[in-house]
Amino acid sequence: MSVHLVLFLAFGAVAVAGAVNLLAQTHPINSALSLIAVMAALAGEYLLLGAEFVAALQVIVYAGAVMVLFVFVIMLLNAGVEEQTTGSRVAILFGVPGAVLGSVLVAWVVLRHSGTGEVPAGALPGPPATIGPLLFHEFLLPFEITSILILIAIMGAVVLASKPPSAPVPPREEN
Amino acid sequence: MPIWLYILASVIKSAVVLVVLLTAVAYTVWLERKVVGHIQNRWGPTRVGPFGLLQPLADGLKLLVKEDLTPPHVYKPLYIAAPLIAIIFALTSIAVIPFGNPVTIYGYSIPLQVTTDVNTGLLLILGVTSIGVYGVALAGWSSNNKYSLLGGLRASAQMVSYEISLGLSLVGVLIMAGSFSLHDIVDSQAGHFASVTWPALDPVLRFIPRWNIFTGQIIGFFCYLTAAYAETNRIPFDLPEAETELVAGYHTEYSAMKFAMFFMAEYANMITVGCLATLLFFGGWHGPVFGPTILKAVLPVFWFAAKVFVFLFIYIWVRGTLPRFRYDQLMAFGWKFLLPLALVNVIATAIAVVW
Amino acid sequence: MVPLSYYLVLSGILFACGVVGFLIKRNIITIFMSIELMLNGVNLSFVAFAAHWHALAGQVFVFFVMVVAAAEATVGLAIIIAVYRTRETLNVDQVNLLKL
Repeated sequence: MSVHLVLFLAFGAVAVAGAVNLLAQTHPINSALSLIAVMAALAGEYLLLGAEFVAALQVIVYAGAVMVLFVFVIMLLNAGVEEQTTGSRVAILFGVPGAVLGSVLVAWVVLRHSGTGEVPAGALPGPPATIGPLLFHEFLLPFEITSILILIAIMGAVVLASKPPSAPVPPREEN
Repeated sequence: MPIWLYILASVIKSAVVLVVLLTAVAYTVWLERKVVGHIQNRWGPTRVGPFGLLQPLADGLKLLVKEDLTPPHVYKPLYIAAPLIAIIFALTSIAVIPFGNPVTIYGYSIPLQVTTDVNTGLLLILGVTSIGVYGVALAGWSSNNKYSLLGGLRASAQMVSYEISLGLSLVGVLIMAGSFSLHDIVDSQAGHFASVTWPALDPVLRFIPRWNIFTGQIIGFFCYLTAAYAETNRIPFDLPEAETELVAGYHTEYSAMKFAMFFMAEYANMITVGCLATLLFFGGWHGPVFGPTILKAVLPVFWFAAKVFVFLFIYIWVRGTLPRFRYDQLMAFGWKFLLPLALVNVIATAIAVVW
Repeated sequence: MVPLSYYLVLSGILFACGVVGFLIKRNIITIFMSIELMLNGVNLSFVAFAAHWHALAGQVFVFFVMVVAAAEATVGLAIIIAVYRTRETLNVDQVNLLKL
């Protein structure tokens, strides 16, 4: 039991617990907080693999910005406890055992029959200076296109979420 | 270095840094009350101890023994967790800040920061700042109070908006230093200027240190300072917690120890921002070093503390002098002025470095 | 030393939880969060393979996945706000008429 394995299992347990809690909770704010816990655990996993930049990005972008958006929307729309409909009860009845069965099957196949080797801790080079050249030389076109994508997303979000223009107010009667 | 020594050194460093930080938080409150009092032509606290120096002790004692009431119908788990989140992440970001050069004790080189020198120290601090937004947002929402909710939403929207300008203003420094590690950034500011174009100016230039603020990052410093005021919710950007606007904003419903945690988190954030500004723009611990070896080891820490103190003083000075922005002015300033300015700074720095 | 298959199994469990959440939940925001969970599982898979084959391109791809997920979350939440304004409900079972 190396330290690497122990840490991997610890972070993995937190991630799986957070994911299952996301499904089990009825109030969306609890699900959001569970998802933040999952993301933090995954950042720990990335650190174990040596990807420091990706771990920092995960915390800054995913847990620190995207999830803040989610929490904002839950607060603004005052989302309450969700109710169980017939469709959701059926889905839970058939879906959860089916998914558990499917994942156990896939996991068994992967664990038994994969011939892949082991990944040492810190396998990836850490400093962002190693990712920078890749991002700006080989992956320059996707980089620029994602910048335009974000710009379009910002414009779309502003347009979609803004209030529709209200009807003109009739002038007040001067008395 | 043997593992037990590493752990022992880390524990000792954590304890020392924590104690010093919490004392600094308490005495920053005292400093603020005295300085703002003098700006407003009155004494600050004078009764409790000489010069009111025991005032933070009295405040702490009061907050400890005050009744800790929980309003009905609050969302209990988040109500209790929100100040914890705020204070934990405010205290965590100190872990990667180096206070001086690594000291050598018995042949082992011990870095003067709680962790070792992290490759991505600056990114860690940015990440912790991003998570700190949750303390505010969840506090406002869980309090079951419309003023708290409005204050919490406004405060978190403000913090998220100014985080971008904060990050961009740091990119200029990163371009010049070439590394995310805080130790490397400080090391890139060592030495003094020496002119190659006008050697006649050398006697003067020899005294100007190569801090980032003198090598062209003055706009970056201004962006960083303004974004830092907005991030820590201080005047001129403290609308979300102004008494006349929203009762007390997101910490309206909190009393005693939980309120104290928010208070401490705000001042700890101020100190962290001051430490970061010192490291990135003012050369960190570089200063005149002289004397015997023990003095040589302590003086850099002293210079670091002195620069952080100057930064805190500027913070408090601005608080006593400027009025506060209205919320729409605040958001317009952040998005329409500060963000383009930070972008221009990044572009100009990149062009200057490449040339 | 952790075998690569452990990372793949963890990634698969997270992905499966995301799929199950997408199917059984009725609150639109929780459905969105399940999508984010799926993306996170996939990210872990990418980074694990990048570490195994010493190919840095895996990390770059994770960067792009995060950026695209952020953009998609932004637009999706804006759509949720717009739908809430007209239908006044967050339950997907009740958004079943094209015209109110």
